[in-house]
Amino acid sequence: MDKFDIKKIKEDFPILSQKVNGKRLAYLDSGATTHRPNQVLDAMVEYNKVSNGNPHRGAHQLSIRATQEYDAAKVKVKEFINAKEIEEIIFTRNTTESLNLIARSYGELINKGDEILIAITEHHSNILPWQRVAREKDAVLKYMYLDDNGRINKKEIEEKISSKTKIVSIAHMSNVLGTIHPLEEIIEYSHKMGAIVVVDGAQSIPHMKVDVQKLDADFYVFSAHKMLGPMGIGVLYGKRELLEEMPPYLLGGDMIEYVTEQDATYAPIPFKFEAGTQNVEAAVGLRAAIEYLENLGMDKIKAHEMHLMEYALDKILSIPYVNIQGPKDLESKGGIISFTIDDVHPHDTATILDSYGVAIRSGHHCAQPLMKYLGLPATSRASFYLYNTEEDVDQFIDGIKNVREWLGYGP
Amino acid sequence: MDLNSIYTQLIMEHSKSGHNKRPLENPDISERGHNPSCGDDITLEIKIQDNIIEEAAYTGVGCAISQASASIMIDLIKGKSVDEALDIVDTFLSMIKKEISDEEELEILEDSIVFQNISNMPARVKCAVLAWHTLKEAVKSS
Ligand SMILES: Cc1ncc(COP(=O)(O)O)c(C=O)c1O
Ligand SMILES: [Zn+2]
Repeated sequence: MDKFDIKKIKEDFPILSQKVNGKRLAYLDSGATTHRPNQVLDAMVEYNKVSNGNPHRGAHQLSIRATQEYDAAKVKVKEFINAKEIEEIIFTRNTTESLNLIARSYGELINKGDEILIAITEHHSNILPWQRVAREKDAVLKYMYLDDNGRINKKEIEEKISSKTKIVSIAHMSNVLGTIHPLEEIIEYSHKMGAIVVVDGAQSIPHMKVDVQKLDADFYVFSAHKMLGPMGIGVLYGKRELLEEMPPYLLGGDMIEYVTEQDATYAPIPFKFEAGTQNVEAAVGLRAAIEYLENLGMDKIKAHEMHLMEYALDKILSIPYVNIQGPKDLESKGGIISFTIDDVHPHDTATILDSYGVAIRSGHHCAQPLMKYLGLPATSRASFYLYNTEEDVDQFIDGIKNVREWLGYGP
Repeated sequence: MDLNSIYTQLIMEHSKSGHNKRPLENPDISERGHNPSCGDDITLEIKIQDNIIEEAAYTGVGCAISQASASIMIDLIKGKSVDEALDIVDTFLSMIKKEISDEEELEILEDSIVFQNISNMPARVKCAVLAWHTLKEAVKSS
């Protein structure tokens, strides 16, 4: 495809052509989950009709086909993020499980007094697992905070990362503010100080080209359901030498070498971390989702989203009673607008926008420490993706302009 | 969904007027209630004399529905005995769960009947019942 043909793209997403509350649907909640194009849905149906079997377990045709499908998905993911080796790709259920796996397993290698560093913008899934490691290992959990522009600056990075720091775990892009953190700087400095870096790529991977080798990330994790794929499958990329020294997370079938009555030895990576029957159908869907993204081109997807953001920010910044949280310009910011409306609680904003067919999210976005830091009980969040249009933005802005009146305030 | 049935005049007036929104001096009971999923967070304060709710007020943050619901509830329970108040709370919660078919049973709810339609909006039910659950907890723990 040469041009980014938004009309044709929308036809691939049947769910988006429905009406909600009698209105055209403007889906602006892709930060929570994205929709699946026909290509993804069809691939999963086809797998179930033709190839379903338990992978890695049988000599019969269907088991072999299921294994091939599963492995093909691994190859696709490896190429998509440019991992060095296929064994460095582990399938989990989602970002949350990937982060828990790393914290539980790599956390075993943490000692008393070691420091774990995260950012104040993190999602609860990148906070709670580290809180537990810190508690159990008598380690210290520290935070990086934002400067006046809502960004983590060099001074903060160099002040917080020290020779005591063993793990830095940070989202590539904030799910609340849309800020893209300076990963290259953070990773380079962390490595210099002897720390490894875990990157939560849940919000970034759907929207930009990621090269884990170029970034030199030690771990990079994400969920398929935020990148056009199905729910129930996530990815954990880790450098081979780290994965190999880590103890397994779940124990059971498919992850062993030999088992005796009292003992067991484990299979090599990636199997060591993939206990039990995996979600092959979802792996097939993830592969189809990546193919869909690659066909469009990550650069073109990003350009489309940035165009929508420019269009939306321009309009929203001219409304006097709307306040934007986080960066107001597009430099190092993805397709997320977090906002509040004067005198109106974000819950009410979401309910009223829903009645106009506009789907956004309101609440603390699983980032309560950030909300407290910003001094807000909640925000509303609109998030954009490749299937959104200027029409969606217009509908969103029109909806916003009606919110205050519903609550009895002047326009 | 009809927004008019949710954001009625009454709800808006209560959420804006704030006439029950203030701290009490020396309350007999102070109970905090919150909806972790959405961030509504209120503290209900009550003065009780001879088993009668003499004074009640609330503080906190939340959406129009949670704030109005707290305010309307307070108007309703002031001057009632603790048992009467609990009876009203249970009736309210049953109404929201659509467990009451006899409309007459709802009469004791007076103005708070405006929240009847909330049951059609699962995403907002928690907001409407927050103050009422908090009152129940408050009385139970005292
Ligand atoms: C930055 C970030 N991290 C982690 C998650 C958790 O993702 P999941 O629920 O798929 O595990 C999300 C999604 O809500 C997110 O936005
Ligand atoms: Zn609420």
